[in-house]
Amino acid sequence: MTEPRHETTPMSAPPQFPVPPQGDVPAQGGTPPRAAAPLGHQGAPGDAPLAALSIRGLAKRFGDKIAVDGVSLEVPAGSFYGMVGPNGAGKTTTLSMATGLLRPDFGTALIHGVDVWARPLEAKKLMGVLPDGVRLFDRLTGEQLVTYSGLLRGMDRDVVASRVSELLAALDLEADAGSLVVDYSAGMTKKIALASALIHAPRLLVLDEPFESVDPVSAANIRGILEGYVSSGGSVIVSSHVMDLVQRMCSHVAVVAGGRVLAAGSVDEVRNGSTLEERFVQLVGGGHRTEGLEWLRTF
Amino acid sequence: MVAHLLGLKWRLLLNGFKRSPWQLVGMALGLLYALGVLSLLIGGLVALRWADAELAHTVVVLGGAATVLGWAIIPLVASAADMTLDPARFTTFAIPPRQLLTGLALAGFIGIPGLATLLAALGTVGTWWRSVPAASGALLGAILGALTCVVLSKVVTTATAGLASSRRFKDVSSIIVFIPLVLLGPIMVGIVDGVRGSADYLPVLARTLSWTPLGAPWSLGGDLESGNAGAAGLKVLISAATIAGLLLCWHVLLQRALVTPPYSGGSSKKGGKLGLFGLLPGTPAGAVATRALIYWMKDPRYAASLVIVPLFPVLFFFSGSQSGSYGLLMILGPLTAFVMAWSICADVSYDNTAFALHLAAGVRGIDDRLGRALACLAISLPVVLVFTVGPLFVTGDWQWLPNLLGLSIGTLLTGLGLSSVISARYNIAVPLPGDSPFKKPPGNVAQTLAVQAVGMGVLALLLIPELALVAVQAFSGGPGAGWINLVVGPLLGVILFVVGVRLGGKWLEARGPEMFAQLSVNR
Repeated sequence: MTEPRHETTPMSAPPQFPVPPQGDVPAQGGTPPRAAAPLGHQGAPGDAPLAALSIRGLAKRFGDKIAVDGVSLEVPAGSFYGMVGPNGAGKTTTLSMATGLLRPDFGTALIHGVDVWARPLEAKKLMGVLPDGVRLFDRLTGEQLVTYSGLLRGMDRDVVASRVSELLAALDLEADAGSLVVDYSAGMTKKIALASALIHAPRLLVLDEPFESVDPVSAANIRGILEGYVSSGGSVIVSSHVMDLVQRMCSHVAVVAGGRVLAAGSVDEVRNGSTLEERFVQLVGGGHRTEGLEWLRTF
Repeated sequence: MVAHLLGLKWRLLLNGFKRSPWQLVGMALGLLYALGVLSLLIGGLVALRWADAELAHTVVVLGGAATVLGWAIIPLVASAADMTLDPARFTTFAIPPRQLLTGLALAGFIGIPGLATLLAALGTVGTWWRSVPAASGALLGAILGALTCVVLSKVVTTATAGLASSRRFKDVSSIIVFIPLVLLGPIMVGIVDGVRGSADYLPVLARTLSWTPLGAPWSLGGDLESGNAGAAGLKVLISAATIAGLLLCWHVLLQRALVTPPYSGGSSKKGGKLGLFGLLPGTPAGAVATRALIYWMKDPRYAASLVIVPLFPVLFFFSGSQSGSYGLLMILGPLTAFVMAWSICADVSYDNTAFALHLAAGVRGIDDRLGRALACLAISLPVVLVFTVGPLFVTGDWQWLPNLLGLSIGTLLTGLGLSSVISARYNIAVPLPGDSPFKKPPGNVAQTLAVQAVGMGVLALLLIPELALVAVQAFSGGPGAGWINLVVGPLLGVILFVVGVRLGGKWLEARGPEMFAQLSVNR
């Protein structure tokens, strides 16, 4: 029962931004020169700034199942973008394809105008990724893991060292910095993975379920860090099940189900007067209340 | 309820085969192997039918007692207990304990180790197919004995569940297991010597053991054959009491374990110690090498392949001391070089989905390859040099030194180059992170075997120049070819190492996401 009024589904098959990402696609192989300077408004006279993340018609099929069916999203620079959807909606698959972890069957993703699949090494420098459901190098101590993550990105050792201690302090992990990650609790593991994604000060953060199994105090800390990051110009996209959190925290939201975008835009546009949760249930359907199960009240 | 539990276990076993046809092929190969060993064992037991009764009794009782001990010890040290029907999973179902225990005990026979033990135990009926009482005694003994095995292993695993779930214990125990493996040769010879020296002692040992819970069930057939009905009756009592006692222990332990889950908290440690990360170069390749070196030390799966290396000199020296000629010791260096270089074939597979960090960070393929290869080189080069030069002190064939050095270094570098290519492209079935190095790896065993076989063939081809120079010296006798090999081996090795690292890096960069997708299947 989806009303058509907020149908923003296949929003952008033609690119909305006049930046030519195809113009400088290098052939496979040799690394392109590192784009040290952020790719600002090149060749876009007086136009809107580049989207931090622009997902264009991404699709992925696993065997018979179409996991993602043509998802297009624009995450404006400086926005805090929430992605909500039921289990199996294709959130993780979409984010994996947008971050270069899973090759899409169709479509592509641009990070500040850099095509993730044509210039992967360059695009990956611009973003920090927290994937869901992957292991970490958990025989390292927490401190070593974050250091490793920084050094892998070619950062200077002294810069890494100072950032690691600040990050660990900000995430309340100082007391366990020297323990092996394999001995961490689920919430601590999430936090140390987040620290690994932040170490290189990316321009875009892609976080898959960052608040899962994190305690409320740490969740508030993380929110504080992310809000500060956004207010100074960074962009964040998070996936979450917690509607309430997304409604309070995010500036924009996309509702995804069955591999499609059902609605996308600013939080106020999408929820359209009701709460995000009500709107979500309305869009996704399946919120049948109390049909059947009468026996459950008979004991 | 008991039937339900048995049905569940059977269904779980069948579904285990269903994951992919290739897995089925791998399982079938394993099964064929197990069947081969089992039929040899049963054949041997049946053949004992025509042996002297005293001898048959000794063999059956000692073998049976060893089996019972094995069931108690192996799941503990190998962390390989079959936890598909973990009692903890039934806590919320309120199954009467008596039925739960019966069901779980019988379900222990559904599965390869349980079934094999039961069949082998039934083989003793063949041994005692000499008279009706002896055969029926052996049948009863086989059932009691196999039941003792299963229940004993359940008691041991339940009692140590808290201990066994702690990571430190798992790490340490999975490595300790290698020590008897390393010393296997000398231990075997010691036993054989001991047996030879005191052959008349074993029957005494068997007779003593037959009065203990370990040996009692296995002794029934022999006792009835020699007419000791009284002794047999007492031993039935001993066996039955043992099983009853074990069941009681299990019941008590289970009741306690279900309401006190293992405490997994550890002490927290402050940071400030970066270890190797503070020492090695702070470049991406340096970081990868550092991480790999830490894993070589801390991850039992890597450590296992390190601990197994000292096995070679012990084994070769030992076989040399038996045959009187130490010629075989000469291949120690090249063989070690091959094994250690080959071990990083599975490097990315060992990472499992942690590889996502490399992928998300946009590590250049060549940095990834180079770091891993250099870490392996740093560990293996000293070992290989020692193992190449060391044997010459025993054999005194110093004219072979340059040739062997060339071959060893060539093999090491070429192998590292080739492994860098293979691990960039193929996912090898390895135990998951945190699992015991002994655990049967999930995934495509058949493909792993194929990749390994083809890879070794390619390595042999790449090593033709070095091997040819060894052959030349072997036939001509002069050391000239050796000096050539000392130059050719390292030179060719370095070239192939560089080519392998570059090619592997290119492949990894191009196919990183596909590799990651393969790794995500087994997590």
